[in-house]
Amino acid sequence: MITAEQKPLKEIIEYISPYDRILLVGCNECVTVCAAGGRKEVGLLASALNLHFLKQGRTIDIKEITLERQCDPEYVEELISEIDRADAILSMACGCGVQTIVERYKEKPVFPAVNTKFMGASESQGIWAERCRGCGDCLLGITGGICPVARCSKQLLNGPCGGTSNGMCEIAPDVECAWCLIWERLKALEMEKRYEEIMEAKDWRPAGGGGPRKIIREDLSL
Amino acid sequence: MKTESKLEKVLASGALAVTSEVGPPRGAIPEKMREKASLIKDHVDAINITDNQTAMVRMSSWAGGVIIKLMGLDPILQMVTRDRNRLAMQSDIIGAYSMGINTMMCLSGDHVKFGDHPMANGVFDLDSIQLVQMVRKMRDEGKFQGGADIKSPPKMFIGAAANPFADPFELRVMRLAKKVKAGADFIQTQCIFNLNKFEKYMEMVCDRGLDEQVHILAGITPMKSVGMARYMKNKVPGMDVPDEVIKRMEGVSKEEQPEEGIKIAIESIQRLKEAKGVHGFHIMAIEWEEKVPQIVEKAGLFPRPVL
Repeated sequence: MITAEQKPLKEIIEYISPYDRILLVGCNECVTVCAAGGRKEVGLLASALNLHFLKQGRTIDIKEITLERQCDPEYVEELISEIDRADAILSMACGCGVQTIVERYKEKPVFPAVNTKFMGASESQGIWAERCRGCGDCLLGITGGICPVARCSKQLLNGPCGGTSNGMCEIAPDVECAWCLIWERLKALEMEKRYEEIMEAKDWRPAGGGGPRKIIREDLSL
Repeated sequence: MKTESKLEKVLASGALAVTSEVGPPRGAIPEKMREKASLIKDHVDAINITDNQTAMVRMSSWAGGVIIKLMGLDPILQMVTRDRNRLAMQSDIIGAYSMGINTMMCLSGDHVKFGDHPMANGVFDLDSIQLVQMVRKMRDEGKFQGGADIKSPPKMFIGAAANPFADPFELRVMRLAKKVKAGADFIQTQCIFNLNKFEKYMEMVCDRGLDEQVHILAGITPMKSVGMARYMKNKVPGMDVPDEVIKRMEGVSKEEQPEEGIKIAIESIQRLKEAKGVHGFHIMAIEWEEKVPQIVEKAGLFPRPVL
């Protein structure tokens, strides 16, 4: 999923200070799972903002809404009944959600309330870690199911580098060396020989090097 | 001969090669390059010019290389994939070769986290093995990485690094084999302090016949103090400094420690001269270049062959 973290309150306040009526929009998908921008976080942020402005002797009107999926125009359409009563929109979805609102409601300023972080998975309660860079040409089938693009600090396709120490990466003692993980996996699968095959220079076009990416499914489009 | 490289000629003659390195200055101080290179010029066959080492901005490797080339010396252009994509690397290789640099080292480079621009984005369009492949393709096939023909291709003698001490040990020879397969002509190793482990590594290298496919230069670093030895043991990732070495440095007075460090370096060379597959030495005297001549002489590697 896409992970996110709420922005510092100060930054959010700076965005919305010029406005009196705010539409605060959460999302029921990824940001709900990583507890950054679901219904609960929308409520908490609204309270924090109300309190801040009250202390300044100002009341602002914050309308809370959490959409099923903010990156989908169909659900973003649901804001139509509220949009006229808002001076600005504060989105707690990932960057995709923010921009879907921007495209639909061009006349309103839209601000992000979270920093979109990465595509990751939950390692344990409250911990999410990066697992995929969306390089567009998945290598997991030949790397024992561990991604060197997302998980090697140098993105090496023929690692490990000389900085590995006890299975950990040189950049931090709590970062596992992706190539040690790959090697352990290849050994367990008795695929050690695969390690010696050189992975050729990667074509970064599918990874975004060729410009903004798009998927067009003619079988699905209307 | 694949190239005009002096290092290639020395290695082909069967003599033990000696290389060392000069780190370019952090400013427009060309005389600093000349000064450092002058200290070692008669005692080495070629001089590595580091490329933004430890991820700190310095004079570029090719410019530093040209400065010492103009002194009649033989620079080894170091190139890390951290700071440039394949276009920039290929243009720098052509540029350096056009200025008479014919030997290079292909590296991935220290992570930007360790340098003075930790906020920079590491490029890593290629890794070090893919860089070796690219330089070989430019030389042997006369083609750019993208496939187009090169008019008058650069002919580089190609080096790569190996760290016999990083984890996992069992993978280290396989990784070397990959670098050889990619096209490395010579290897400079990480600093060797654990000689037993290195000799075991070399046995494994020879068992696979890699010693006949690539020239391995053993990395030697003299230690200035027990503090430096401890720092390397505890703080530098992938470095193996055995307790005996620390104890030996501790066993002499502070004033005698630099001399002891040099003694250890000389003894290491003398012992590794006998190791099958070791074709020379790469002496990394970090900010201590003036000691290189003494080490080379006392290790019996002087005078250098004249070719």
